[in-house]
Formats: sequence, C-alpha cells, structure tokens
Amino acid sequence: MSDTPLHFQTVAELSTSLAAGSLTSVALTEAIIARTLAVEDRVQAFNSHDRESALEQARASDARRAAGRPLSPLDGIPIGLKDVIAVRDQPLTASSRILANFVSPYDATVTTRLRDAGMVFWGRLNLDEFAMGSSTENSATRITANPHDLTRIPGGSSGGSAASLAAGQVPATLGSDTGGSIRQPAALCGVVGLKPTYGRVSRYGLVAYASSLDQIGPFGRTVEDVAMLLQAIAGADDRDSTSFDTPVPDYRAALSAPRARPWRIGIPREYFGAGLDPAVASAVQTAIAHYQALGAEIREISLPHTEYALAAYYIIATAEASSNLARFDGVRYGHRSAEAESLLDVYFKSRAEGFGSEVKLRIILGTYVLSSGYYDAYYGRAQKVRTLIREDFIRAFGEVDVVLTPTAPTAAFKRGEKSADPLAMYLADIYTIGVNLAGLPAISVPCGFTAAGLPIGLQLIGRPFAEADLLAAAHAYDHAHAWGKRTPNL
Amino acid sequence: MNYEAVIGLEVHVQIKTRSKMFTRAAAGYGRPENTLTDPVVLALPGALPVMNRAAVDAIIKAGLMLGCAIAPVCKWDRKNYFYPDSPKNYQISQYDQPICAGGAVEIELPGPARNVMGEHKSIPLTRIHLEEDVGKLNHGAGGSLIDYNRAGTPLMEIVSDPALRSAEEAYAYLQSLRTSIVYAGISDCDMEKGQLRCDANVSIRPVGEMRLGTKVELKNLNSIAFVRDGIAHEIARQLAVVKAGGVIVQETRDYDGLTGTSQSLRSKEMAHDYRYFPDPDLMPVKVDPAWQARLAAELPERPFDRQRRFMAPETERGYGLPYTLASVLVPDRELSDWFEIAAKLAGPALAQAVGNWIVNDLQRELAASGVALTAAKITPAAIADLVKLIAAGTLLQNAAKEVFAEMFSSGEAPAAIVARLGLAAAPTDSAELENWCRESIAANAKAVAEFKSGKESALNGLKGPVMKAAKGKANPKAVDETLRRLLASG
Repeated sequence: MSDTPLHFQTVAELSTSLAAGSLTSVALTEAIIARTLAVEDRVQAFNSHDRESALEQARASDARRAAGRPLSPLDGIPIGLKDVIAVRDQPLTASSRILANFVSPYDATVTTRLRDAGMVFWGRLNLDEFAMGSSTENSATRITANPHDLTRIPGGSSGGSAASLAAGQVPATLGSDTGGSIRQPAALCGVVGLKPTYGRVSRYGLVAYASSLDQIGPFGRTVEDVAMLLQAIAGADDRDSTSFDTPVPDYRAALSAPRARPWRIGIPREYFGAGLDPAVASAVQTAIAHYQALGAEIREISLPHTEYALAAYYIIATAEASSNLARFDGVRYGHRSAEAESLLDVYFKSRAEGFGSEVKLRIILGTYVLSSGYYDAYYGRAQKVRTLIREDFIRAFGEVDVVLTPTAPTAAFKRGEKSADPLAMYLADIYTIGVNLAGLPAISVPCGFTAAGLPIGLQLIGRPFAEADLLAAAHAYDHAHAWGKRTPNL
Repeated sequence: MNYEAVIGLEVHVQIKTRSKMFTRAAAGYGRPENTLTDPVVLALPGALPVMNRAAVDAIIKAGLMLGCAIAPVCKWDRKNYFYPDSPKNYQISQYDQPICAGGAVEIELPGPARNVMGEHKSIPLTRIHLEEDVGKLNHGAGGSLIDYNRAGTPLMEIVSDPALRSAEEAYAYLQSLRTSIVYAGISDCDMEKGQLRCDANVSIRPVGEMRLGTKVELKNLNSIAFVRDGIAHEIARQLAVVKAGGVIVQETRDYDGLTGTSQSLRSKEMAHDYRYFPDPDLMPVKVDPAWQARLAAELPERPFDRQRRFMAPETERGYGLPYTLASVLVPDRELSDWFEIAAKLAGPALAQAVGNWIVNDLQRELAASGVALTAAKITPAAIADLVKLIAAGTLLQNAAKEVFAEMFSSGEAPAAIVARLGLAAAPTDSAELENWCRESIAANAKAVAEFKSGKESALNGLKGPVMKAAKGKANPKAVDETLRRLLASG
C-alpha cells in the first residue's frame, strides 16, 4: 500500500488497489469529491460537477467488480473531462456564455469508450472559451489557478484538466489540443499530457475549434497513466471520418518492451533560440543529458520552417473556427439575446453577448482570411506552409526516432501578465503548434522545477501513429524521475 | 435587331437514400416536424458529418447516365452563410472539384404534329455535384418555425451550360433529365414534394453576338410548366426592357406561376461571399475504376436509346413501333419493361399489337381503376396470349375487348375467358360458314350483280347477313375469302 494520499495516487496504483480489493470505487470517489471540494475555492478548475451521478457510477463499478466482471483496469477510477467533451445529460459549456445552459443530449465517442471501460465521470473542467487561449483566462466561467502558485495561470486551453489533476482533485483527465492546449498546461502544472496523432482518437462529441488540428488526449501523473488512458480512447470511429483504423497496440506493455537499438533523439536548433527562459533551457538540457546517460544518441537537427508555424496556425485555426462556431446562432440552442427583435438581431445580439473577446477576435480573423480575394494569399498559402512544416518533421524522422524540445518557453506566468498582449500570449505555444500542423503525436513530461518551484516540461514528438514508441521514450525518462508525483502545497 | 435567348438551368434533385447525406438519421417526406433529426442534423456542439456512400453511388450513376466524366478524386467544401434553415450555418457542398464534369442531356423538341417525332438536340452539362439540403421555414403570424426533417437530405445539383435557346427547350430538357434520373432509380423527382427543383439563368443577346448578356436568375419555378412559362415570361420581359432602350440588371427574380408575374428578390450587390474552403471534417473521395464499373453495370438503358430501339425494325432487333407508341411507353420505365416482356412472348410481328393494347386499353383501365401497374392482376404473358389469339383468328376484335376487360379485373388467362364465355370465332373452313355464304348470295341477287360488274363495295352487302347468321363469331377474313370463292365459281 502506498503512503501517498488517495487523491495523489496514480491511476496505475489505484487500479492495483481496486483489483486487489483493498479499495472500492465508492471510497475512492468519495475521497476525490472531498479533495475537490476542499481545494476548489483556490484552484477553480471545475465548471460543474455532479456528486450523485459520480457516486452512482462508483457503486455500479463496485457491483461489477464484486460480481467478478470489471470492465477494464480503469473500472471505478474517476476521470474529469474538459468542458468541450460531450457527456450525455451533463452540461457542455466550452466555458462560454453562449452555451451557459446547454446540456448535451449525447455522448462523445471518447465518453462512450470511457463508460465502456467503467470510468467514473467527475466534473466538467474549465478552459479558455472554445479552447482559444493559453492561460484559461479567456474562460467566461472562472479563472483557474496553477496549484503550484495560485497567483499564476495553469496554462491553457485545457487549464482545468491540468490544474485539477495537479491539485489532486481527480486522478486522470482528458483535454483537447489544437496548438498545444494539452501539452502546455501539462508542462506548467507539472503533469504528463499527450496529444495523440491526428486521427488516433475520435473527435465526435468534441466541441470543434479547428477541425484539422483538434485532437483529444489524456493527462496523467505519469507516462504510464497516460498510456492506460490512451488505450481506452484510441481507435477508429465510424462517426468521425478523420479517425484512422490503424491498429491500437498495447501501449502500457510497450513502455517496458526491450529495444533493439538505442533511442536516436533529435534536438531541433530552432527550438532553443531567443525567448527560451534559461531555467527551462537548463532543465531540458539536464533531461537530454539523462537520455545520453541511458545510451541514447543525441543529434542536432533542423526544422527550417518553424518560424512560419505560428502565422500559418493562426490563419488555418481561425478560418476553421469562424465556420465551426457559426452554429452558435441562438436559433436551436444556447444563448439567445432577450433583446432580439428580428432574425439579424438574433444572430448579432446573441453572438455579441454570447462570445468573449478572444473568440470574437478569432472569428473575425478567420472570416477575413477566407473572404473572396484573400483566400489564396492567406488560407491557401498557410496550407502550403503547413505542408512544408510536415515535410520538415518527416525529413527529421528519417534520422531520429523522436524529437525533444521544451514544451513551453517559460514556466507559468502571472495571472493577467499577458492578457493585454495577444501576441505574447500566442508565443506561449511556439514549441507546440508545429506538431498540430504536422498532425504528429507529442507528449509533455515534467522535467524539473524553477527556483521558484514552478514546474517545467519537456516535449517529445513522435512519428505518426507511433504513440507506443513515443510513450516508451517518455517513460524511459519519466519513471526514473517521476516529477509528476511531486505535489503542490495547497 | 433580332435577339436570341440564352438559358442555363440549375436543377436540384433529392437523392432517394434511406439515411441523410452525412449522418444516420433517416431521410423522408411528410413526417411530423423535427423527427428526422439527430445531433448531426441539428448541428449540436461536437457533431461530425460522415459521408453516405449510397448517395455518392447515386450521383455517380447519374453522371454515367448523362455521359459525365467521373472525377477520380473529389472533395467536400463548406459554403458559409447564415440562415435559419441551415443548422450549421454552412452547407457541405462541392466547390471546385465536383464529382461529375461534362456530359449532356439529350432532348426531344415537340414535332410538327402529335404523332410526328420532333428534333433531338444534345444540351451539354457543366457539372453535377453533391451537397446537403436545408430545412424548411414555416412562416406564421407569431413568427417562423423551422422543420429540420429535410435538412441534410442528399441533394445533387445539375448545372447545364448556357446552351438552351427557348422556354420549350428548357421544358424538354427538364422532361428528359427527370426521365433519366427516375430510370436510374436515383430519385422520384416529384416536384410537389420538392424532390426536383429548378432555377434558371436567363439572358438575351443580339443574334450573332458571342458574348453572353447580363443574366437574371429565376427562382421558385416549382413545376415543369412553370419553368417553361417563367422563362418565356422572363425572355419577353428582357426583350421589352431592351426595346424600350433600357438595360438588363443582374438580379435574382421570383416567378409566380399562378399570376404569371415576377419580382426582384435581390440584386448583384447583395450577393453572398460564401467563403468556400475544404471541409476539414471530411476526407476527399477517391472513385476507383472498380467502383465506377460496378455502378455502370447497374445502369438502365438511356431512355432515348430505348425509344430508338423500340422504333427500329425487327431486323435491327427493334419492335418497329410507331412514334406514337414509343413516345408513350418509353418515359415510363415500368411500362416499357412490361411491354418488352409481353412483346418478347408475343413475337416481333405482334409487338405493335402488344404496344397498342398497353398504350390504349391497359393505360385506360389502370387510370380508371387507380391500380398501379405493379399491383395489376393482368400479366405481360396474358397480353401476349391475347394478341396471339386475335392473330390466329380465334378471337375477334370486339370480343377481344370483352376478354381484355375480364383479364384486367380477374387476372384470368384469355383462353380460359374465351372458353368460359364462348367467345371463340367460328372456324374459318366450317361447312356452316359456307352455308351462310351460299344463303346470302342466294338472297341478294342485286349485290351479287353489282359485285360481278366490278363494284367491290357491294361485297359488304353480302357479308352483313353472314355475320348476322353467325351471331358475330365469324372471322371477317374467312367470310371475305369464302364469298369471293363462291362468287368466282358460281
């Protein structure tokens, strides 16, 4: 039995205890609920939670286990979902006023798969409105704090998913990552976060921000936990045409599978230039040295089109968003302005009242880049840049197995520090955005703390659909350090 | 100056599929409002489209029927505009890579008389693409209500070149197009149910001018007759404008078929910028040769090919039908199929007789009884037997009508009816017939004398008493021959 309190144990540890019968799902869920309520006034990670529903699910899990029929190693373990992933009969707000009262009548595919694995849904987690942001400050519902320093942001957009996990409010969470929205908050909150290959996990039931970039992925305290969660949600879905039917291997088993030859790790020089905080650089270098000590071959590589990634991202993502968010019109569901007296009023006033300023900014930007006469200059060219960025990575994977970079240029910044300067905020995703444009899997693993006690993350990027390799490479470092188990003082 | 009209048609046809274009929700007509919906139809947050392969099959069939080139790869685009009948506020359509390009619609213009075939022309097509239908707005005093049952129904848009020159040609084009589509089982093309809808682009230009004049788009042409009348009205309107020294304004006009008037809906300045871009939720469609070949094998004969074959002589494997029969049979695929079965059983020499029975008697009985051909008790084999009995002299025309009526109502075989009702004609070589003829010659000396002096018609005076004696059952041909033989020998 672990001495760690239940709420800070890993999914793997909890799974073992549940299987051994030394823990029940109800006891675990009650501990999680108690912890959530004890620290939530400081963390503010949850948009909503449903105690009765969670306990009912926990009781059902215990009944299955008592009958000798647990559904999976995850059966009975609570999980929190970013509030953009649909759960039947639960609120689905995207942290936006426009969906403030919306309750989803259906399950996302990942939700169905977690249900089928027996997991207990605990809470709807805060985010930057419609996943647009890097600090979770763009939420219309609340400002989430970084559990390691309550005056600082948790990163974003999946800030609630990272912060609730770091704070011990839930042992596992899901987020979504369009330009770094899983990896960056994972780094800033000191937990592990995986963005799978585009198409590895179904997007059905994920409120769309930028359809060609969005991907759902898991957060955990360890790489092993993330592997277990990916196992449950990965695989083709006939409700999502962009999901792939590549076989899903046993990710957890792959973590410790013997390797025929040492890792070849690429270090892209473009990711270690100006703007990288020295403390982050130093922690990442120490991690590189660790890999070297493990026998890995470290190679400097070049991803020459990196500098164009941010611009291409903000054209493609906003173009898609401007169209994806058109459905929030006050006609069928969501906020409808009480002032509306005509059809145009319903559109203009409902959207003016319902969307926050960052969302409006991106809708306007996206509408502009798609408009007649500008398409080729912006959207068309951005797609070409995207191809070049993908080719950069493909070339690199000709000589290395994984690419290692910092996840974010700095540790968590102060609340409000970058709110007035969108460009400075956008730079928080500078190391994560290229991965989305290229559709690759990438993971952020904690690799130390700043002098002020703020977590630092390193990012490993893998070949398409090579999550098993990527997780194994991450695990090689993570299981030796387990920075993610270092818990904040709340 | 002489002017000519230039007309292009955009025809929307709903494809008859069980489910909708991009989701599993059922497609259908006349169901209670908003019952044919699901998260995708209603554009709930997180819902994703998945292509209906059956709809793509159908449009490929349409393309093959009309001789289009089928694109080896086509893609889906979003057409962005806000309107409450469009739940996503974008329509999934095909912009620059339609699935079918080129092709032509063969048309037949009215002949100089009803029984004379008119000129045939080939009207080239620009493209056919696939998209999704919108919902229906029901405007009332208290506001507008939306029914999304129709939303998402597969819809193909067939765009002609501006190659039509008159309202009559447009009418013939629509008739032919509809026949081809119904033949291929793609749609029922019921305009009252909105399964076929037509917009017309109309312009005029001086004869000899190659450039196109300013076009006016006519909308809401909701019957084939209204299409013809609306175009004729628009041509006349434009001619009047030009003759009065005015200029044609590019605009969209609404034609009211009931009053025969049109009014402007919107001008060019109010045209939408649809911000087309490739739909990131859907993959491009690759149509390989095997897919195309499978559908080509399912295609029916083209209707005008069939008309030519029906009219071709027996030596060219045709049935030698006159235009009056072929033009009635061919547009109705079921009726034509029925005819071909009967004609084959009856033999080529009797095909025209079969055609006559079907076009005249069968059609009349079907219409009078309200019975569908597929539900009729009468079979093609029975019609074949009927014409064979007549040809053999066993059944006379008047008696045959009686037999047919009985066949239609009971489904009984003609031979059985003839036997039961005693309708068989007298044997042609019976002694009884010869006796009746001798008696007639003996009793009508005047007619005999006139005939012998060369008056052919006098023979009729001798036939009447024979038929009377035979109570109508004598074969007229046999009576004729017997009388001539006796008169020649006597």
